[in-house]
Amino acid sequence: MHMSDALVSPAVAGSLWAVTAGVAAMSARALQRDPDDRRVPLMGVLGAFVFAAQMVNFSIPATGSSGHLGGGLLLSALLGPPAAFLVMASVLTVQALFFADGGLLALGCNIFNLGFLTCFVAYPLIFVPLSGRAPSRMRLAGATVAGAVVGLQLGSLGVVLETVLSGRTDLSFSSFLLLMQPIHLVIGVVEGSVTAALVLFMRESRPDLVSIGATPSPKPGPPVRRVAAAVLLAAAVAGGALSRIASAKPDGLEWSLAHARASAQTGPSAGPAGEPSERRDTPAGLLFARLAPGWAATAERPGNVGPEAPERASSSFSGILGAGLTVAMIALLGSGLRALRRLSRPAPLQ
Amino acid sequence: MRTDGIAAALAHVERLDGLARADSLAGRLDPRAKLATTLAFLVTVASYGRYQVTALLPLALFPVAILTLGDVPLAPILIRVALVSPLAILVGIFNPILDPSPIGSLGPFVITAGWASFASILVRFALSVSAALLLVATTGLDAVCAALSRFRVPRVLVVQLLFLYRYLFVLFGEVSRTLRAYALRSPSHPVPRVREAGALLGQVLLRTLSRAQRVHAAMLCRGFDGELRLRRPLRARSADVAFVVTWFAFFALSRAFDLPRLLGNAVAGAVR
Repeated sequence: MHMSDALVSPAVAGSLWAVTAGVAAMSARALQRDPDDRRVPLMGVLGAFVFAAQMVNFSIPATGSSGHLGGGLLLSALLGPPAAFLVMASVLTVQALFFADGGLLALGCNIFNLGFLTCFVAYPLIFVPLSGRAPSRMRLAGATVAGAVVGLQLGSLGVVLETVLSGRTDLSFSSFLLLMQPIHLVIGVVEGSVTAALVLFMRESRPDLVSIGATPSPKPGPPVRRVAAAVLLAAAVAGGALSRIASAKPDGLEWSLAHARASAQTGPSAGPAGEPSERRDTPAGLLFARLAPGWAATAERPGNVGPEAPERASSSFSGILGAGLTVAMIALLGSGLRALRRLSRPAPLQ
Repeated sequence: MRTDGIAAALAHVERLDGLARADSLAGRLDPRAKLATTLAFLVTVASYGRYQVTALLPLALFPVAILTLGDVPLAPILIRVALVSPLAILVGIFNPILDPSPIGSLGPFVITAGWASFASILVRFALSVSAALLLVATTGLDAVCAALSRFRVPRVLVVQLLFLYRYLFVLFGEVSRTLRAYALRSPSHPVPRVREAGALLGQVLLRTLSRAQRVHAAMLCRGFDGELRLRRPLRARSADVAFVVTWFAFFALSRAFDLPRLLGNAVAGAVR
């Protein structure tokens, strides 16, 4: 599932943008080291193929479920991880721009979840070792399904972590995880089956193109360990820097609302599930409160108390009145300008 | 017929692409100005607190202005906004249940924190989706790519985006024809099954690969040397600078002050 712009905070989106940009730069450099001008059109056309093929749903008999091709594994098998990563990045960018799948701010998250985790983690660490050299049909199919399942589980874990860290949901880390992982297990098996069918077909019809099992790494690229280390480092640096910026200026209205809620009840700790003090108790809350105090603070903002908070809560009428007026003014401005432009446009030639 | 989804998607891309080619005030702006302003807009929207709903609303001025200055019809944008992302719903729908603590009231109605954060997610969604679509509808992917390469995005990635986009139409058509052929030959189950995926997609993939070889040969005939040259020269005019400065100032203003609340207070005070 695509991460959405509506669910990310600037700190999380910025960190993953930085990580993704770093991996893209490393992948681009890896391709430059091994120039092959046949690859330019091949990557482009394969990107369009994955895009179109993902719109075809295949049904699984007697289950009622259906699924589509998982692009990352197939592309990695055909092109090698660095080129596959760049193709996935381009597919996700076009999806974000034209279909608003995810969004531009969350694009870094999506490229990481669906591109990096499949091409640089699931493919080299699951698919390649499991398929081994000269795999049988069953083994190749099993490795493909395993790679797709692991890749999708990691991707969905990424979505959960990114959303919880952004502090946009009241779901606790564990219940959100329980909601997401089983769905993606099913989706992963279906995606893996479709991809396995395609990989088997390709190996039989064009064995020269699918270099599965021939060499451990089909195309030269940056070693997995180096990429992983660079990604971790970039994530830590970007996360640290951005959370510092975000926590330096706590959000005024938000803390006053939090205080208004607290004063509306008996005390700040007596709130129902989802109250800030409770959310810190989730494993992720504890972990990240320790790892990045600033980050946790942006999501929860504890301990901010303002004197004028109760007044804010009671004045929601003027807030909603103002909101209605704002929307009306913008709508009027838009339609007025539109009408004006229509009038001023020269009449079409007969 | 199962090709409906692909046909609809193709029609949507073609429509946005056609809009971008039309001449309009917003279309004439430098793509770098539009890209930078859109990104600033998205960061601003995401930076609001999780319970803020009304304070976000003045930002709707940006998509409305681009819609108007770009002569973009409302329908295709609204349709996409209406197809709310399932993830945003999945994540947001639990907030009203999990967080029923009151944060305000409107006459007899109590506004709870959960509903406020859910509404905030939906408003954010509408704002960010419309801004991204309007960027493409007034700029086009070629110009966005030109701006990206000026912003030092790796060359390989920009060229990849341009290639992908160029062949999207061809491949959508190919997949769509293959599915139609399948549906005509198997009327009892028009949705292909997983074990047929290999042969079905494989045929398209084989044709795709040989197409890539022909494209490469054609490119070599035209003197391709591994470098793709973008045709559109970018020149920033004073209008572009004014566009960027004005919007950045507006985003900062509406982020710093809760404009609807100030307006509401002023009107309520005047009425009293």
